[in-house]
Amino acid sequence: MSVDKIWVLAEVADGAPITTTLELITQARQLAGTVEAVAWGEATESVAATLGEYGVTTVHDVGDLGGALPGVPIASAIAAAVSAGNGPDAILLPATYDGRDVAGRLSAKLDRPVLTNVVGLTADDGGLVTQHAIFGGSQVLSARFTAEGPGIYLIRAKSFAAEPSGGAPASVVAAPAPDSGATNAARIIARHVEERTGPKLDEAAVVVSGGRGLGEKDQYALIEELASLLKGAAGASRAIVDAGWVPYSHQVGQTGKTVKPTVYLACGISGATQHLVGMKNSKNIVAINKDADAPIFSVADLGIVGDVHKVLPKLIEALKAKG
Amino acid sequence: MNVVVCVKQIPDPAAPPALDAGTKNLVRAGKLILDDSDAYGVEMALQLADAAGGGEVTLVSMAPNGETSGLRTALAMGAARAILVSDDLLAGTDALGTAKVLAAAIKRAEPDLILAATESSDGYTGTTPVQIAELLGLPSVTFAKKVEITGTSVKVERQTEAGYDEVESPLPVLVTVTAGVVEPRYPSFKGIMAAKSKPVEILTVADLGLDAGQVGSAGARQRITQVADAEARAAGELVVDEGEGHQRVIEFLEQLKVL
Ligand SMILES: Cc1cc2nc3c(=O)[nH]c(=O)nc-3n(C[C@H](O)[C@H](O)[C@H](O)COP(=O)(O)OP(=O)(O)OC[C@H]3O[C@@H](n4cnc5c(N)ncnc54)[C@H](O)[C@@H]3O)c2cc1C
Ligand SMILES: Cc1cc2nc3c(=O)[nH]c(=O)nc-3n(C[C@H](O)[C@H](O)[C@H](O)COP(=O)(O)OP(=O)(O)OC[C@H]3O[C@@H](n4cnc5c(N)ncnc54)[C@H](O)[C@@H]3O)c2cc1C
Repeated sequence: MSVDKIWVLAEVADGAPITTTLELITQARQLAGTVEAVAWGEATESVAATLGEYGVTTVHDVGDLGGALPGVPIASAIAAAVSAGNGPDAILLPATYDGRDVAGRLSAKLDRPVLTNVVGLTADDGGLVTQHAIFGGSQVLSARFTAEGPGIYLIRAKSFAAEPSGGAPASVVAAPAPDSGATNAARIIARHVEERTGPKLDEAAVVVSGGRGLGEKDQYALIEELASLLKGAAGASRAIVDAGWVPYSHQVGQTGKTVKPTVYLACGISGATQHLVGMKNSKNIVAINKDADAPIFSVADLGIVGDVHKVLPKLIEALKAKG
Repeated sequence: MNVVVCVKQIPDPAAPPALDAGTKNLVRAGKLILDDSDAYGVEMALQLADAAGGGEVTLVSMAPNGETSGLRTALAMGAARAILVSDDLLAGTDALGTAKVLAAAIKRAEPDLILAATESSDGYTGTTPVQIAELLGLPSVTFAKKVEITGTSVKVERQTEAGYDEVESPLPVLVTVTAGVVEPRYPSFKGIMAAKSKPVEILTVADLGLDAGQVGSAGARQRITQVADAEARAAGELVVDEGEGHQRVIEFLEQLKVL
């Protein structure tokens, strides 16, 4: 199965394509001659300019979803194109809430499997080969489809670097979703946005994360203060998210965000494999943990064996003194 | 109200995982336990059935070797009965194949609501539940952090990148729940005793009327080509804090021009 045409799911937030979509487009350029995108919502004309800049030639616009969750209508629109013979050879989707819904729906509609949690994608022998990080990223598994396409790939954030190609704005063609009946009955009736100060966790150059070693909820203030002094974002291990100390949006790891900052500071985090997969590709890692044998030190460039309640306040004071 | 909860029985996550050298499938020998991620769905189902003034909670699981230990845990929490699909033909089944099997089993229970976890702890593809919904022709709402039934519809707070959405859907519907949606109860001694005599129906692929070619490694249509060690990070510097550890952190950040 040769791969000539790839479609990328163009998820949009705050009027612009999300970074993971741009990462996937950048990689798709290396793998196929034609890269197109599937988008929806109102901003598609302006979004098409950005998508074009990264190498997309055509945007298939499903249009306004009328409050429906994207999973069903977007998958129906893609499936319709595939059965009309206009579909792609491969579809790349960001592993987001909506990306996962679209992939699952599409898979069942087309009766094609999905390769999930993909962290690398290469061309080989006329097809695509995926890489998956397993066992906390200590091993890399490669896989490929063995049957006719289109192949469906769900890809984790930060698997590739997004780089513009300087392309012209993509042309927009309407790709309305066929009626999907009962499957499309769920409706969004209200949206709630949580307040956030400082950069986004998955875009920050510095991420300071706290874990159970902080001892109690109030101590998370140390993490927030340090993050703010370093103009970074505050993250967390799942242990303290599950304990209700911080919202889920702070979680780093297998079931949380993947981050790749210039510096990741892990404070009172043991370094469980499920945490490591979300941060071990950070450019530099600093860990503070009182246990010299904590697994987090195996990935740290700088490890401080010490008590977070002693090291963090001093670090904060020293940074404040520097101004 | 009839609720079906998909519960996966998995190898103990505390034990080091391994891949079979030949098939490269995850080794699933030995005792399986209830996936922690599914304990939330079980608890949610019990609470919703209670709130609706009754109804039955049925567990549906696919697992090798007629394994029921994980199901017994969920029955001990309070579920009424279980359907287990177990068949040697199922070895190597991928997520879509799993969805076909579970969808066929779920149909038998005629549920108003189907609950599953957003993703399992061992395979964590996170696609199976939505594939099930599509195969059953049902709507789905994923990543629920709160679930309420009001008459003939469900209201869900669905996790989003920015916060959460309130989503409404008519029943029947499939909902996936995140960890923390409710606090799972511990099975009581009475519950554990009662679970021993609760009905567990064990079915094969043929019982479900599925074609053997759709499941197992034959149906998977994907293949692992290689497993290799990842590039290890070079060992770093370890400093024992004797009051000046923070200084070393500052030097390091300055070196990186973060300061
Ligand atoms: C399916 C699944 C998915 C998961 N997904 C994620 C995920 O996405 N993200 C994630 O983080 N986890 C995830 N986990 C959980 C993971 O396995 C660990 O349980 C979790 O990461 C542990 O969090 P922790 O490091 O904060 O706590 P612990 O493991 O309890 O570690 C606390 C650490 O703090 C140190 N410490 C204690 N006191 C101090 C002190 N005073 N000063 C300095 N150090 C101190 C201890 O030495 C210890 O190393 C997942 C688990 C499963 C099963
Ligand atoms: C490391 C690894 C990577 C894999 N990658 C892929 C891949 O890329 N593509 C692919 O198709 N398969 C893949 N698989 C195989 C896949 O995990 C299995 O096919 C599995 O049966 C699908 O389940 P899951 O654990 O991924 O389910 P998920 O979709 O993560 O499960 C979500 C929820 O669905 C329900 N559920 C799932 N399975 C069952 C079950 N057996 N019984 C009852 N309820 C269940 C549970 O509520 C569960 O929490 C992979 C397996 C491993 C170990």
